[in-house]
Amino acid sequence: MRNDRHWLMVAAAMAIAALATAPAAAQKKYDPGASDSEIKIGNIMPYSGPASAYGEIGKTEAAYFRKVNDEGGVNGRKINFISYDDAYSPPKTVEQARKLVESDEVLLIFQSLGTPSNTAIQRYMNAKKVPQLFVATGATKWNDPKHFPWTMGWQPSYQSEAHIYAQYLLKNHPQGKIGVLYQNDDYGKDYLKGLKDGLKGNMPIVAEAPYETTDPTVDSQVINLKASGADIVFNVATPKFAAQAIKKIAELGWKPVHLLNNVSNSVGSVLKPAGFDNAAGVLSTAYMKDPTDPTWKDDPGYKKWSAFMDKYYPDGDKTSTFTVYGYLAAQTLVAVLKQSGDNLTRENVMKQAASLKGLEFDMLLPGSRINTGPNDFAPLKQMQMERFNGERWELFGPLMSGEVGG
Amino acid sequence: MDLFLHQALAGLATGSIYACLALAIVMIYAAINHLNFAQGEMAMFSTFIAWQLMQWGAPYLLAFVGAAAFSFVAGIAVERVLFRPIHKAPVLSHIVLFIALFAILNSLAGFIWDYNVKSFPTPFGSRSLFGNGLVSSHDAGMMGVAFTMLVLLYVFFRHTRIGLAMRAAAANPESARLAGVRVGRMISLGWGMAAAIGAVAGIMIAPVVFLDPNMMTSILVYGFAGAVVGGLTSPGGAVFGGLAVGIIENLAGTYIPYVGRELRLTIALFIIVAVLTAKPSGLFGRAIVTRV
Amino acid sequence: MIAGVALALLLPLAIKGFFLFQLTLALIYAVAILGLNLLTGFNGQFSLGHSAFYAIGAYTAAILMDQADVAYYWTLPAAGAACFIVGFLFGLPALRLEGLYLALATFALAIATPQLLKSTPLEPWTGGVQGIVILKPEAPLGLPLNSDQWLYYFTMLTAALMYAGAVNLMKSRTGRAIMAIRDNPIAASAMGVNVALYKSLTFGVSALYTGVAGALGALTVQFVAPDSFTFNLAIALFVGLVIGGVGSIPGTLLGGLFILFVPNIAEELSKGLAQAVYGFILIAVIYLMPSGAAGLIRLIVGRTARSRSQPVHFETASRSARLTRETPMSSSTSGDENAK
Repeated sequence: MRNDRHWLMVAAAMAIAALATAPAAAQKKYDPGASDSEIKIGNIMPYSGPASAYGEIGKTEAAYFRKVNDEGGVNGRKINFISYDDAYSPPKTVEQARKLVESDEVLLIFQSLGTPSNTAIQRYMNAKKVPQLFVATGATKWNDPKHFPWTMGWQPSYQSEAHIYAQYLLKNHPQGKIGVLYQNDDYGKDYLKGLKDGLKGNMPIVAEAPYETTDPTVDSQVINLKASGADIVFNVATPKFAAQAIKKIAELGWKPVHLLNNVSNSVGSVLKPAGFDNAAGVLSTAYMKDPTDPTWKDDPGYKKWSAFMDKYYPDGDKTSTFTVYGYLAAQTLVAVLKQSGDNLTRENVMKQAASLKGLEFDMLLPGSRINTGPNDFAPLKQMQMERFNGERWELFGPLMSGEVGG
Repeated sequence: MDLFLHQALAGLATGSIYACLALAIVMIYAAINHLNFAQGEMAMFSTFIAWQLMQWGAPYLLAFVGAAAFSFVAGIAVERVLFRPIHKAPVLSHIVLFIALFAILNSLAGFIWDYNVKSFPTPFGSRSLFGNGLVSSHDAGMMGVAFTMLVLLYVFFRHTRIGLAMRAAAANPESARLAGVRVGRMISLGWGMAAAIGAVAGIMIAPVVFLDPNMMTSILVYGFAGAVVGGLTSPGGAVFGGLAVGIIENLAGTYIPYVGRELRLTIALFIIVAVLTAKPSGLFGRAIVTRV
Repeated sequence: MIAGVALALLLPLAIKGFFLFQLTLALIYAVAILGLNLLTGFNGQFSLGHSAFYAIGAYTAAILMDQADVAYYWTLPAAGAACFIVGFLFGLPALRLEGLYLALATFALAIATPQLLKSTPLEPWTGGVQGIVILKPEAPLGLPLNSDQWLYYFTMLTAALMYAGAVNLMKSRTGRAIMAIRDNPIAASAMGVNVALYKSLTFGVSALYTGVAGALGALTVQFVAPDSFTFNLAIALFVGLVIGGVGSIPGTLLGGLFILFVPNIAEELSKGLAQAVYGFILIAVIYLMPSGAAGLIRLIVGRTARSRSQPVHFETASRSARLTRETPMSSSTSGDENAK
């Protein structure tokens, strides 16, 4: 009840604010990085180093902004997208963030990638009151408007995804024993926590097998999982290791229920190298349309994405989900900038980012919408489970959102 | 007991990955008397060449031979173009050049072939031997290839004039030169051979770990460890060292309670350093006599 | 010289905070490289593991500030002391290792450190993979400086003390003993130098320098995490060492500037191939000055002022010969012809 009233008050306040600012909207307001002719957007990506595969996201975003500019920009302003490399090293992220804010004077930093890197700059960005918008990591902590009102996540959080798996397992395999393969870092541990919270102790996790990104293979971990007697595997690995695990499990002649985290559900860069036969039956979740899924062959949204890729990023990998990810994130930012109109202050951009209502994009799953509010800094929440049939993903069940409070 | 056997066998399979690269490391050590930090990246690049040849429709064997031949020539070229002009510079400066070469090859491979992992075919198939999936036919094939390379290297160093000359050139360039060995040529040849062995190693490794520009960075760590623990002057020692590292790491990860799972590599490295302090020139390395 | 000092002191008032931040970091890296140089350049021991000491220093500072509310300036001596002990202890077994084997041992240390930092037993202190966020020090006594400017001066002061310390150390009896071990361990030992003790001590002092740099780095970046101290940092410090000049104290300043700014320049030149461009720059620099900047300057000075008496510097002829022919990277035989 209290929440509802609170919500009403916020809505009312916003309505009043909207009315009040309506006449003022004609007046143009700018913070550094915005002007009549351009909007400067900063970005930090690991183009080199161990996580360089993610660099494709930044390249897609740059390509998308080229497209926007070719079509006249946002409200007549061109987007100047400045993207730097941090090699996935937090001190370098801090350096690049400061360069973007203090030297390039960007309006905001968009989609900086990685949990440690974003943690490193979070306090700086909030002290400087520069939006750290739609960070490219699924950690749950980005949805914390009370403490960090200038930081906002984008993708569904790892924990809420793990909740969905927990619900699925409790319903379909309540007698199962779970083994978890996870990357020994924030990302892996976030998933593990989500799974444990979601299971609430109702199912046993019989083995936890962490791996390091410096491990050449995860064979040893997979053997330990099998030896533990687990009949369900939760695969929380990045693409290369996820593919190795899928392949190794098949080679061992082991047939557990296999849950694959969304990070690695790319057909092109995970399941294909792992072998389609080996991957048959694997379960995962999705919030975007998989570009290799023939279901979307005639889908207008897919066609738009495909045409964009051909024209603006022909070198990009059309079988990789990273290019879809970058495309969608860039669309979200453009929506926020459009909504901000001529009031391009950092405060207003953040306010608009926190009042996205029911946005639908080409490459999101049908029915999935982006919603944010002053207390809800998690734009994407809905996911749907999917099963790999040996050729492509098949979605099943309803759109779900894991219940993780922010 | 079952688990022990399984982990040891899997360790053996992984260890043969390290052994392959360790051979390339021993080869370059025999030629230039120090390590090449870019060895792994060179092997990775060669593997991409093989992959590219296959993408263009070349059969496996042709791609294999083509990549090895390309690497041999490229290895010689790198030595001639990059290292020959500064061969008088301090070795620490050479190491910076290795680091530069590392950065260039890694970045170039990512630029040309992108960073997504790619599958790589194996001529041995991936059938499971012994029916339990622990050692696949590819693993066995890889061990066979490593062993073949080992024998060839042994024969080369022990029983061919040119192999002996190379060892002499590396161990004592001045005296070798006086004895009529063309030291410069020996160094070039060593680079070429190390690069070719690296190519074979990469082609053997890629089906297991998948092909991407960063595939070798961590394997190189293990390859170094294997080569050093076995003794850098001994190809047999390097293979043994590589296998040992693979097995130790798996067993440490499985049986050391509490910290074992997280600190597999750390424990393995700790054991290696402990071995080295007891036996400072590696298990099979020739003891070095210092003259005063 | 005086102009340089004046410039360094007045610079903060003229430039942007971001650039100041970069300069501060470059200075910190220079101190870290100085630590490495004391070990490699002056004592002839090779290390690929100095990122570990940098990490220990950084974490010591961060944990003290985060958990015990220790004032930031006290974290520097604490970090230095912790690293000295760790370095000294590491130096003991390392005594038995020469050349490549020592390289492997230190390499192992660099690889193991991030994994240890995030391991479960240490997590209550290190914050595991999440790392530790710390507050930036503010200027004391109401000085009209913002925190970037204050941190720059603070770093400058610390660095000045540490450089002065290093110069004095190398001019002292101890310093001569350290260098004698590099040039000829057997002769040094014959002359009564306790080789084992001095080698371990040098390891400790070297770690101390790098550890203090790590603590300063933590204050400047305001965040420590295992991903900040990977092997790449060890590589960067090594590159800085060689570019600046092995065995040259002023060269380390150049090394610090190089490893901070040159990768950025490479990125400006080419986005997609930044690393490759960086590689080519490295090659070009090594071609131009095969013995680092200090070597080049030495060459020029040597040519122009051959007849005049040499100013005091630490690069003795025998050291150059040794590092040319036998370096810590090659096994101990090849160069000992020098000593025959």
